[in-house]
Amino acid sequence: MNLNALLQFTAFIAVTILLMLPLGAYMARVFSGEATWPGKILDPVEGFIYRMAGLRAAAQQSWTEYAGALLIFNFLGAGILFLLLMYQEMMPWNPQHLPGLSVDLAFNVAVSFMTNTDWQSYGGETTLSYFSQMLGLTVQNFLAAATGLAVAVAVIRGFTQREKRGIGNFYVDVTRAVFYVLLPLALLFAVFLVWQGVPDNMQPYVQATTIEGASQTIAQGPVASQIAIKMLGSNGGGYFNANAAHPYENPTPLSNFFQLISLVLLAAALVMAFGKMVGDKRQAWALLASMTILFLILFALCYYSEANGNPAFTAMGIDPNITDVNSGGNMEGKEVRFGIFNSALWATLTSATSNGSVNAMHDSFTPLGGLVPLFNMLVGEVIYGGVGCGLYGILIYVLITVFIAGLMVGRTPEYLGKKIEAHEIKLAVLAQLLYPVCVLGFGVVALLSPAGATSITAAGPHGLTQAIYAYASAAANNGSAFAGFNGNTVFQNIMLGIVMLIGRFGVIIPVLAIAGSLSAKKITPVSNGTLPTHGLMFVVLLTAVIVMFGGLTYFPALALGPIAEHLSTFSGVLP
Amino acid sequence: MFRELRASLTLFVLFVFVTGLGYPMAALYLGQALFPHQANGSLIQEKGKIIGSTLIGQNFTGNGYFHPRPSAAGNGYDAANSSGSNLGPTSADLIKAVGDRVADLKKAGGAVAIPVDLVTSSASGLDPNISPAAARFQAARIAEARKMDVAKVSDLVARNTEPRTLGFLGENHVNVLELNRALDSLAPPLTQSSP
Repeated sequence: MNLNALLQFTAFIAVTILLMLPLGAYMARVFSGEATWPGKILDPVEGFIYRMAGLRAAAQQSWTEYAGALLIFNFLGAGILFLLLMYQEMMPWNPQHLPGLSVDLAFNVAVSFMTNTDWQSYGGETTLSYFSQMLGLTVQNFLAAATGLAVAVAVIRGFTQREKRGIGNFYVDVTRAVFYVLLPLALLFAVFLVWQGVPDNMQPYVQATTIEGASQTIAQGPVASQIAIKMLGSNGGGYFNANAAHPYENPTPLSNFFQLISLVLLAAALVMAFGKMVGDKRQAWALLASMTILFLILFALCYYSEANGNPAFTAMGIDPNITDVNSGGNMEGKEVRFGIFNSALWATLTSATSNGSVNAMHDSFTPLGGLVPLFNMLVGEVIYGGVGCGLYGILIYVLITVFIAGLMVGRTPEYLGKKIEAHEIKLAVLAQLLYPVCVLGFGVVALLSPAGATSITAAGPHGLTQAIYAYASAAANNGSAFAGFNGNTVFQNIMLGIVMLIGRFGVIIPVLAIAGSLSAKKITPVSNGTLPTHGLMFVVLLTAVIVMFGGLTYFPALALGPIAEHLSTFSGVLP
Repeated sequence: MFRELRASLTLFVLFVFVTGLGYPMAALYLGQALFPHQANGSLIQEKGKIIGSTLIGQNFTGNGYFHPRPSAAGNGYDAANSSGSNLGPTSADLIKAVGDRVADLKKAGGAVAIPVDLVTSSASGLDPNISPAAARFQAARIAEARKMDVAKVSDLVARNTEPRTLGFLGENHVNVLELNRALDSLAPPLTQSSP
C-alpha cells in the first residue's frame, strides 16, 4: 500500500471514531428515553404524534406485540409503495412521463426498499419519476433504517431489563429513530452533498449540445436528499443506475470520503450505544475489535487484488502501476477520481455493512477482489453491519459463541448476566440457518431452472459467482450486485423478492423472540465461572465462529466460483 | 388489531409527509438557496446554450481534442442511462475490447506504456476525468492536429490537473471537458477535427 493510500485509510478510521463516539452516546440517551437537547423541541411533537395515532408512549409491548406492530407497519408501507409504483404515470412530478412499473418489478422494488435491501433490477433515471423517488423510496429509506434501529434497541433492552415482559414500544422506537437520529443527520448531510455537487432540483432532464455538437440528455432530480439517507440508513439504493459511481451521486473525493464514513457511522455508533446502555463499554469495544480484525484482513485482500490489476491487461502493455499520475490496477468499472484505493475500501465496507451501494462495479472486480464483498455478505454482514441489523446480527453470533465456549468448559453459558439456554440458542441458530437456505437453496433453484439461468451473462465460474452474489445480496439485505446478472425478469424479481423477505423477517422475528425471552430473565451476578466476554480470548473466539460459519458453509460455492476463476486465469496455476 | 392498524396507518401517513415531502423539500430549498449552481447540476453555458455539465463526462472523438474514457452508458456518455460494462475480469468480450483499444492507441502513440484508464470503461459510463498520464499520452496527437507545440499542450495538462483534495483524498485527475475548453480558448477550435 502506498503512502497516500495509508494516509486516506488513517484519516477514514480517525474521523469515523471521532464521530462515532458522541453519536453513540447520544443514541443511547435517545433510546433510553433520557433527556436530550433536541428533545426540547421534539417532545411536544412526539406527544402530538402519539395522540393522533392513539398510542400511549409508555405502553410496553411483549415481543409478539412488538413483532406484530413491526410487521403491520412494514407491510402497510410496502403495499402503498407497490401501488404507487404501479400507477406511477397517474402521479405528479413526472417530467419524463415515465410509465408505471410491471407487477413483478413493482413487487420487487417495494419489498427491496422495505427490507433495507435496495436491490435494484431497474435503472433509476430511466424508470422512476421524482414523485416515486421522493414519496416512495425516500420514505422507505428512512423507515427501513428506523425499523432496524428499533429491533436492535429492543434486543439491547432484553439484556438490560430484569424480569420484564415488555421489550419497549415499536412505534415509539421508530418515531424516535426517525426524528432524533435519521432526519437531522440526513438534512445536514444532504446540504453537504449539494455543496459538493450533488443536484437537488425538480427540473426536467437537461438537453445539452456538446462541444463537438452531439446532443446529450442529462438526468436531474431531487438527488441529494435521497442520497443522504441512502448512505446513512445502510439502504444503498442509488438514485441513478450507476449508484455512487455516478458523478452526480458522488462527485468529489471529499463527498466520497464522507459517504464512506456514512456507510459505517450509525452501525458503529450503535455498538457504542449498546456498550453504554448495558453499562459496560468494554463489551462494545470487544465487538468492534472482532469486527475490525475481519475488516482489515478482507480489505487488505480486496485492495491487493485490485491494485495488482488484470494480468491479461498487463500482457498487452498496459501500465498496472499506481502512481501520482497513473490510475493503475484494475480500472475496468472504476472511476478515476476515486482510484483503486477508494473503490476497494468502498466495496469492502458496503458489504460489511448492509448498505450495498457501489462506487465501482463489483462484477468487473478481479476474482479475489470480488470474493471479498461476497464473503462479507455470506457471513451475514456483521462486520459493523447495517443500521441496527449489524448489531443484532453480531449478537446472534455472540450467543452462539458463548454457547460453544460453555460447552467446552461445561458451564451454562451467560452473556451480560443473562443465562443463555436451549430456547435462545435454538432461535439464534434458526436465524443463522436461514442464510444458507436462501443463498444455497433458492440460489440452486435459480441456477438449475431455465428461467433462472438466462439471467447469467458471464461464462464459466464467473457466471456461477454472478448468481450466488445475487442471492447472497438479497438474503443479507445488501442490494449490491454483480450487475451483469439480469435481475429484471419475472422469475428473478419474484424469487429475489421472496428471499429478501425471508432474509429480513426470518431474522427479525427470532431476534425479537430472543429479546423477549432474555428480558424475562434475572441478571445473575458475575462469578468465577463466568466467561469474560470483553477480553482478547473472547474476541478471538467470536472471530473464529464468524469465519467458520461463513467459511465452511459456503466454501464449496466460493471454490467453484471466484476461487476457480482466480486459479484458472489469474494465477496461471491451471491452464 | 384495529388499534395496530390505526397506529400504523397514522404513523405511515405522517412519515410520508415528513420524510417524503417535508425533508426533501427542505433539502431542496436549502440547496437551491446556498449552492444554486451545484443544485442545478453544475451546468456550463456558452453563449446562452447549455454545453454540458462539469461533472458529467461527454464524448470527444476529434483528433484535436482530448478523448475521455470508453463509456458503457447507453451508446456512450448517455447521461440519462448511466452504466458500467459489467464485464467480468476474464470475460472474452472485455479482453477483446481492451485489446482493440490498445491496438488503436499503439498505432497512434508508439511504445509508451498505456494508461489503464484510457482503455477501460468507467463505473458510471460518465466519468468526467482521466488520469494525468492518460492526458499526457494524448498530447502529441493533439499538438499535431492543432499544429501546436507539444510542450504547450503538456503545460496545459499540468495546469488543468486537479490535485488530490487536501493533498491526500482521491487521485489526481484531469477534467476532460474543462481541459478541452481550455484548449479551445488557447488555440481556436479547428473547423475540421475529424477523427
